[in-house]
Amino acid sequence: MENLTIFDTIDEDLARTVSRRRALSEGSSKLAMGAMMLSAPLALAAMARSAFAQGIPQQITDVLNFALTLEYLEAEFYVTGVGTSGLIPADKIDVFDQIRKHEVAHVAFLKSVLGAAAVAKPQFDFTAGNGSGSGPYAGVFSDYNIFVAVAQAFEDTGVRAYKGQATNLMSNDAILTAALQIHSVEARHASMVRRCRGKKGWITRAITDIPGAQIVYAGEANTVQAGIDVTKVTVVGKGGGGRAVTLDAVTEAFDEPLTMEQVLRIVDPFIV
Amino acid sequence: MRTTHDENGVRAGPFGAGGRRDFLRVAGLGGLALALPSLLQGCSDTTAPPVDIGLDAEAQLHRYLNIPPTPVTIDLSTDIGIANYAYALEQLEAQFYFFANEFGRQALSAEENLVIRDIRGHEQVHSDFLKALLGAAAIPMLKTDFSTVDFSSRAEVLGTAQVFEDLGVAAYNGAGQLLESPQYLLIAGKIVSVEARHAAAIRDLLQPNSRFFAGDVVIDANGLDRAFDPATVLAAAAPFIVNPITVVGG
Repeated sequence: MENLTIFDTIDEDLARTVSRRRALSEGSSKLAMGAMMLSAPLALAAMARSAFAQGIPQQITDVLNFALTLEYLEAEFYVTGVGTSGLIPADKIDVFDQIRKHEVAHVAFLKSVLGAAAVAKPQFDFTAGNGSGSGPYAGVFSDYNIFVAVAQAFEDTGVRAYKGQATNLMSNDAILTAALQIHSVEARHASMVRRCRGKKGWITRAITDIPGAQIVYAGEANTVQAGIDVTKVTVVGKGGGGRAVTLDAVTEAFDEPLTMEQVLRIVDPFIV
Repeated sequence: MRTTHDENGVRAGPFGAGGRRDFLRVAGLGGLALALPSLLQGCSDTTAPPVDIGLDAEAQLHRYLNIPPTPVTIDLSTDIGIANYAYALEQLEAQFYFFANEFGRQALSAEENLVIRDIRGHEQVHSDFLKALLGAAAIPMLKTDFSTVDFSSRAEVLGTAQVFEDLGVAAYNGAGQLLESPQYLLIAGKIVSVEARHAAAIRDLLQPNSRFFAGDVVIDANGLDRAFDPATVLAAAAPFIVNPITVVGG
């Protein structure tokens, strides 16, 4: 029931954006593959060939469009940030330009896999103002501290979003593997962005110092994995040296997934 | 598969130059836990001062030194086998970071030590969790060999950590498609992103504020991290594992 409540709060346009191209996906396979073969590396082409030869199931198309929407968000965010002079300190430009490069590549990659079934890029409002341009992160492209805080929230959300969809991709090995390969890149980004903020690269309990971002970290304090209370199968103590680990370490050692609905709720304020 | 120091080797092992581990190996006294404190004193004339690792660490060290190198079989045709493959890698990491945390301290800055300490905890948690998940099907504790790593060298400690983290990420990324159970895939996903966080942090320590945290050697033009098959991963890990490992079902 909780999911229903959450889902009800999602901008209906956004929900439609993510699944709107449903009708197009099946008839476009040959066209998409043709485009792929012209430009893509061999491995990718082979992957697309196998994926489209089988016909991508609707469930997978929906997941990839969901991922594409998040990648559009991240790519435009970093393109804008890196392109805004005076925003990012000189010693951090390479970091954010590298992230920008990856997010732009993810967009291109997912679009190439989806072909004509790819959703269009939404309009974004990175102040989280739903298009007002005056949301809670109004200084996002003028104040580095806000920019990097929003970046952290996006990256940690991205990690959780991919993780939550992995099991929905199990019917296609190539696509599952590619999604996992993106997932770990997002995690590298998340760690680095957190470090740029003077934070640990990993998520301790469900703690965040970013206003309005508690929703991004909901559930991260979990210590039960696959039905096993991890605190009961390791030695929890003061940590530091020797054998024992801290309770914090038990929560940091596992990143938790988010459902598609939870993710859409998080990103909704950023979409016009 | 393993590198053994000769008796004149001045290369610092996990326990300092000419340190305890080498002493134990040369003296053939690896099994005498109660003698460890006095042996530590016996090493005090070496170039590196003895490191006080505390009683808990002494006990853990004793455990590690006494692991028999039992032959291990990993069956990649089952989810249990894949989980054991992950368990092997997590054991390797947990033991490496135990040594790095106890014996690499003097080589590292305060911040670097905090990162190593945190990661040591995470890998121990992963290892303990997977053992519990596998229950009676778990492979035994692995006997590791890090004698090729100079734990008094910052570059070697962090460089080896980077290799293990990047390898771990590629291993989980490659293993995902081999799993049949959604629950196991989810668990793998929960762990792999933490390994990727480690990889980026270690890389940032080595080349701060650069592109290296997710550099072009590990991330391709499509923005994809590496995905290795188990044979590739186990070949890379083999020099650090003493147990003979037989892979079937791959």
